[in-house]
Amino acid sequence: MRLDVNKTIQWMQLTNEKMQANKDYLTTLDQPIGDGDHGINMARGFQEVASKLNESTYTNVSDVLKDVAMTLMSKVGGASGPLFGTAFLKLSTKLKGEESVKQDIFGTALTEAVNGLKQRGKAEEGEKTMVDMWAPIAQLFLEDSNVTADTLLSTADSALTKIKEMTATKGRAAYFKDKTVGHQDPGAASTYLIFEALAEVWKGDSER
Amino acid sequence: MKKIINDPNEVVQDMVQGLVAAYPTKLKVVPDTLVIARQDAPVQGKVGLVSGGGSGHEPAHAGYIGKGMLDCAVAGEVFTSPTPDQVLEGIKAADGGEGVFLVIKNYTGDVLNFEMAAELAEAEGIQVEKVIVNDDVAVEDSSFTTGRRGIAGTVLVHKIAGAMAENGASLQEVKRVAEKVVANIRSMGMALTSGTVPAAGKPSFQLEENEMEIGIGIHGEPGIERKPIASADDIATELVERIMNDMEIPKESEVAVMINGLGATPEMELFIVNQKVQSILKDRGIYVFQTFVGEFMTSLEMAGCSVTLLKLDDELKSLLGAPSEAPAFRI
Repeated sequence: MRLDVNKTIQWMQLTNEKMQANKDYLTTLDQPIGDGDHGINMARGFQEVASKLNESTYTNVSDVLKDVAMTLMSKVGGASGPLFGTAFLKLSTKLKGEESVKQDIFGTALTEAVNGLKQRGKAEEGEKTMVDMWAPIAQLFLEDSNVTADTLLSTADSALTKIKEMTATKGRAAYFKDKTVGHQDPGAASTYLIFEALAEVWKGDSER
Repeated sequence: MKKIINDPNEVVQDMVQGLVAAYPTKLKVVPDTLVIARQDAPVQGKVGLVSGGGSGHEPAHAGYIGKGMLDCAVAGEVFTSPTPDQVLEGIKAADGGEGVFLVIKNYTGDVLNFEMAAELAEAEGIQVEKVIVNDDVAVEDSSFTTGRRGIAGTVLVHKIAGAMAENGASLQEVKRVAEKVVANIRSMGMALTSGTVPAAGKPSFQLEENEMEIGIGIHGEPGIERKPIASADDIATELVERIMNDMEIPKESEVAVMINGLGATPEMELFIVNQKVQSILKDRGIYVFQTFVGEFMTSLEMAGCSVTLLKLDDELKSLLGAPSEAPAFRI
């Protein structure tokens, strides 16, 4: 896989479409454990991302991702804004100067994003948060020298299934502890959409 | 919903404009933001003090801007943390070259957004330190936090850290004294009714006519127990006892007392609570250095109150008693 400016923009535009389509679903996930606005906030944030990317021109992937990060931070709000903002900011920092991102560098950047999320959210793996979605995907890109759209999707799928059965020990959801088993984490679900979009953009590319 | 508003989505904008218009010689808005600053900010050579959080807690936080307290307050949407870019603007507006100190209430959103703003400010060469206030003894974790919530006691952190900064103390000294306040302050609240978030249009929760909730947070998040309403004396006793079970206040200690209304409780009732709190403290041989009764950290129009006790030493006493020109906290 190689990620260039155009593909990064496509990735984010498709993510926006998915956030709009799943707005109510994400909010439903948030209602029992949070304050029920995750879908609304993510849809608003990525709508702004899409507009920002539309009206700007870019020469490298890092700058695209930096604008994504800053827009999410200022438009999503709550806890999700700084968390998703941090993840994309770390990606941007690590990919600085790259016109075309190779898979191994992308894996390193994702690992930085995971570290940023852990630090910001004071979370570790296994606590039923979005870290449990970002971490296995970062690992996939580091360990598998030939990641395909299908392996990315199946990694994301199995992570999502696993997260659903975890008990929340971090974040607002932790207040509800055992009741969270069998309930999907909203942040993990929206992270899934981001990587599902990446897989689809990538697949579309290989079919062309 | 019955409220004196224009557009439910514009309440914060409208409030900020009206607030600054009420104190034109004291306050200003940082253009294109929801950041309110001291008219003379940034004060050169002084540590800047910044706080903020969701709106709906008035007079917190902008009411505490003024000589002797905050330099800037950042207003988020109702019950929603301000975003890092907004907080960053507040930090810049407060920076007089000696660094900026952030007073953050312990809510996940506030902590994340303020910390991220601090990192962005540091990247721009501004020194930033912070304290996280967690005075609420009601619950260990809540639906909004990991760890205890920060509630009305935060105002006394503003007061004491503000006085320290006004005295020309360094960023590290302001941090030290703020941490001392946090270590010695405890609060607990109760509610009779819910507030209504304008954009939501209906009360955040329902309590029956004969019910009250003990240990509730300032966003309507659950407390410890929902039970039949008790007398003011019993309510005061329960709140003080829970605080004292958490923090030892030995005989002959000196304390500050804050009886805080949550938005819809008349002063009459707050004073009734206060008389019992004072008599409990007297019975226990604890001296009250200073008492504050009124609305300091509200939850829209929630009916209810909170009690805050701050254990004092000579340093804290002198800082608490120092002058403040903030509109909502004049000493």
